[in-house]
Amino acid sequence: MTSAQPGTGPGFMAPTELARQIRRIILQQSRRAHVGHIGSALSVADLLAALYGGALRLSTPDHPDRDRFVLSKGHAALALYAALHLRGWLTVAELNTYCGDGTLLGVHPERALPGIDFATGSLGQGLSIAAGAALAARLSGSSRRAFALISDAECNEGAIWEAAMFAAHHQLSNLVVIVDQNGQQALGHTSEVLDLSPLENRWRAFGWDTRVVDGHDVGALVETMRAIDTRSGPPRILIARTVFGAGVSYMRGQVKWHYLPMSEEEYQRAMIEVTGSPPQ
Amino acid sequence: MRATFIRTLGDLAERDERILFLTGDLGFSVVEPLAARIGRRFINVGVAEQNMVGLATGLAEAGFIPFVYSIATFASLRPYEFIRNGPLLHNLPVRIIGVGGGFEYGTAGSTHHALEDLGVMRLQPGLRVIAPADFQQTATALNATWDLPGPTYFRIGKDEQTVVPGLDGRFELGRIQRVHPGHEVLLIAVGSIAAEVVAAAAEVTAHGIACGALIVDCLNPAPIDDLVAELAGCRLAVTVEAHYVTGGLGSLVSEIVAEHGIGCRVLRRGISRVPDGVSGSERYLLDRHGLSRAAIVQATLGSRELIIG
Repeated sequence: MTSAQPGTGPGFMAPTELARQIRRIILQQSRRAHVGHIGSALSVADLLAALYGGALRLSTPDHPDRDRFVLSKGHAALALYAALHLRGWLTVAELNTYCGDGTLLGVHPERALPGIDFATGSLGQGLSIAAGAALAARLSGSSRRAFALISDAECNEGAIWEAAMFAAHHQLSNLVVIVDQNGQQALGHTSEVLDLSPLENRWRAFGWDTRVVDGHDVGALVETMRAIDTRSGPPRILIARTVFGAGVSYMRGQVKWHYLPMSEEEYQRAMIEVTGSPPQ
Repeated sequence: MRATFIRTLGDLAERDERILFLTGDLGFSVVEPLAARIGRRFINVGVAEQNMVGLATGLAEAGFIPFVYSIATFASLRPYEFIRNGPLLHNLPVRIIGVGGGFEYGTAGSTHHALEDLGVMRLQPGLRVIAPADFQQTATALNATWDLPGPTYFRIGKDEQTVVPGLDGRFELGRIQRVHPGHEVLLIAVGSIAAEVVAAAAEVTAHGIACGALIVDCLNPAPIDDLVAELAGCRLAVTVEAHYVTGGLGSLVSEIVAEHGIGCRVLRRGISRVPDGVSGSERYLLDRHGLSRAAIVQATLGSRELIIG
């Protein structure tokens, strides 16, 4: 916490409040930059609050023995930027460059931005990288872990299953994967586009310690993630049941919020729902 | 070359714990000695080249130097986007070893013929692209580059006996190696075909034309200064590669000639036809595609009017 600014670190903020602040920033920045991917970012807000508000062992974003985190569903990067800001690692001024010219804060995360371990954006690549990070820790005798947040539709990619086989075969117990299972993808519902069910059985069959969790119960998520024994056993996966657009009633489960930006009126309504009052 | 590469890598790996070796379940009768030497730093990841490169990305970020190994087509083309978004985008010291350039996997057929690996790799500015000409140069090139920052693609052959005359294993990153004197015509080669090209240069010389031979063993960083200096003094440059004529050595030389306004003609020898399923030995296939020594000599002599006029 050495680099956190007073009053902004998670030590000063309960994970549930962290989640609410992440949502506030998602809305503010999406509106300011007039860009989409809002529903995807809202979907993972509670998962990132649990990770950055308690689960990840991160003293500074560049500590060699920090836990590694891969946001494999890179299109939700705005939620990650918000979490990094609330940890004190990104200033408001930096946050306000989101999607602007010359920014390091694009729609998908870039390695050049402090706090981002790996650039992502092409779906299906992050799990292999996280498995490599976990293997590196084991080979070095380090207790650091690797966490990856993937989307359910990302499991359409064959490379996810290449990595799944490798991690289970090598019993990468220091690898923790969270699936943001919101049941939606760019053009429709996963059940209609390419059915993944029963997702938990598929991961179990690949040899993973698989648990289904509520992806919006921040307190329980922190407890579950912290309770994982990453010293032995198979790799872990939390299938997090989430709602696309969670936190904003008119976005819930609406495929169109994968891409659409908000109008001013929609922004006002969303901010009232998330923060309890209209934007200032 | 591959056995030499593996042996040299074993020597390096015994001295430096950062070196890891990942294979996509290939290298039978070649990689086993390395496994015996480096133990758990040798990992057979299975038949999964995309995952192999992704793993290497995560490993390299943590300070390791992973070498990933497969047949050239599977090492380069299958995981291409993983290479682009991983080692390249993060500037990590991942080494991609593609075995068997051109038709070296002869009768294995079209799926195993690497005819575009140099081209697709060369167009990534952040990727070193090294294609040694013989087994001696393979060892020198590996020793010279193994611990450099950023990623490298090695295209290495399978021949452990043929030596390129006049090369003596020399390698300098970003330079060319001149292996036969003569400035009127230049034969320029990349990879395992080099020995035949040097022999062709000698035959052309015997016909009364001063025909030199150059080895380009590194397409990235391109040996631009050396090539400009050599090309400026010649009338005709013939590039020879076991690779499609587009994208590889012939393209590189043409770009340099055009960009520097050099007044020499470029004749590109390479593969220009779509694979039609006909297979055979490497020698047969090189011959079929006009890349035998005799065909190179004939094409060069047949282009005499280009240098007379």
